[in-house]
Amino acid sequence: MSDFFEFFTRFLPDMLKGAGITLLLTAEGLSAGFVLGLLAAYTRVYGSKFWRGLAVGYIELFRGTPLLVQLFIIYYGLPGLGLTLSRELSAFLALGFNSGAYQAEYLRGSILAIGEGQMMAGRAIGMSRFRVIWHIILPQALRLAIPAWSNEPVSLLKSTAVVFLIAVPDLMAKAKSIAAQTYDPIGSYLAVAIVYLAMVYLLDVVLRWLERAARIPGFEMEGRKA
Amino acid sequence: MPNPILETRNLTKIYGQNIIFKDIDLKVNEGETIVIIGPSGTGKSTLLRCINLLTSNDGGQIFLDGKEITAKGYDEDKPRQRIVNEDKVRQQIGMVFQNFLLFNHLTALDNVLIGLTKVKKMSKEQAKTKAMEELNRVGLVDRADHYPGQLSGGQQQRVAIARALAMDPRVMLFDEPTSALDPELIGEVLGVMAKLARDRMTMLVVTHEMGFAREVADRIVFMEKGSIVEEGSPDDLFYHPKHERTREFLWKITELYGKKEKGKADGK
Repeated sequence: MSDFFEFFTRFLPDMLKGAGITLLLTAEGLSAGFVLGLLAAYTRVYGSKFWRGLAVGYIELFRGTPLLVQLFIIYYGLPGLGLTLSRELSAFLALGFNSGAYQAEYLRGSILAIGEGQMMAGRAIGMSRFRVIWHIILPQALRLAIPAWSNEPVSLLKSTAVVFLIAVPDLMAKAKSIAAQTYDPIGSYLAVAIVYLAMVYLLDVVLRWLERAARIPGFEMEGRKA
Repeated sequence: MPNPILETRNLTKIYGQNIIFKDIDLKVNEGETIVIIGPSGTGKSTLLRCINLLTSNDGGQIFLDGKEITAKGYDEDKPRQRIVNEDKVRQQIGMVFQNFLLFNHLTALDNVLIGLTKVKKMSKEQAKTKAMEELNRVGLVDRADHYPGQLSGGQQQRVAIARALAMDPRVMLFDEPTSALDPELIGEVLGVMAKLARDRMTMLVVTHEMGFAREVADRIVFMEKGSIVEEGSPDDLFYHPKHERTREFLWKITELYGKKEKGKADGK
């Protein structure tokens, strides 16, 4: 046990470097995915038939195929079409598009849960449809989405591990190189697992804070009328 | 006779095979309170939504201040501009819903204020002053910072009234404003409405509150099966109804809601 502790502390600086990249990719993928997801959800609920179809196509495509396949198509496949992207950009795009598809579904569900009444009330004071969506529906839908949506950052953080397969030096890549260096794969992967666990824990703390900060008195699932 | 503020001519609404209402002719003069009564499912609520352009009509016309607001199509000079800007029309017609429909993520004050800043483009300070005035009008200044979830149904409905009033509408429409309320909360809402009527706000009210209708209405319209059966002063309708159906309906509804209604309208 003390051996493992020594092992862990010895490689901690190296692992933290990898963890930094893992966190960066998570943040980037989550942000890009949020923008894409919001657009896709908006389009899917309010768009015309053509745009709705496009949004559904995007969501189904990226939810229906493995992240790893998407990553490989972007990194190894696109150069065949004359588009060569760096490892980091490929990782960012794959994670962003993939996460966007999932976030779209979380957000769509909560937009639908707000109901037609709020739209009617907004229109009745002379707001345009877009204004009602922007000022009335989305602020409520986003709050409502937080508990379920909180799965996505956690899930995405762990999913980033696939990027080591295109040699992005993330935490998982560090695990592999430490294992190769020390001939101790079990110790290496265990150490890295602990770092992942710690990151997820911190993320959970942030998400719980977000949920509390966005709370509105009397505005809960069961507290909402109409 | 002055021109009516609001007028419908042959207004008709059809859903698929169902005629919701047909050939409704209604005139609302400035400062008048008109109460529409009638059995459920007679198209009263749909009529109000139609007047507010929240649902489209299938025939007939609606005029607001003599201008047709149901006109379809585009301006002759500016082909990209519709003849009627529906958002502008709705600003002039206030609407109060049966289930309040306050914006749940905003405080009472912000519920009243948002139309002023986002639609009327008032400055924040100006809007706040105006919004507080409107809350004062419904007696809820001390609840300005409360969220809808922290207010009673009666208070929520009064905020909803303030929200509609803040836009300075030409006409206020009330769609069964007390139907979703516990009996002990109905009085405070009717009280606010009676006060508005005394201030000569032009109002069109759909309600089952016969006490309110009798005491506050200038005119009562009895609707059944999508048509206006009879209209007249409260005295005419309650004591000398011309039609058998009107008599039957009033008899039934007083039986149901009873005499406890009396005096409720001046509840506050």
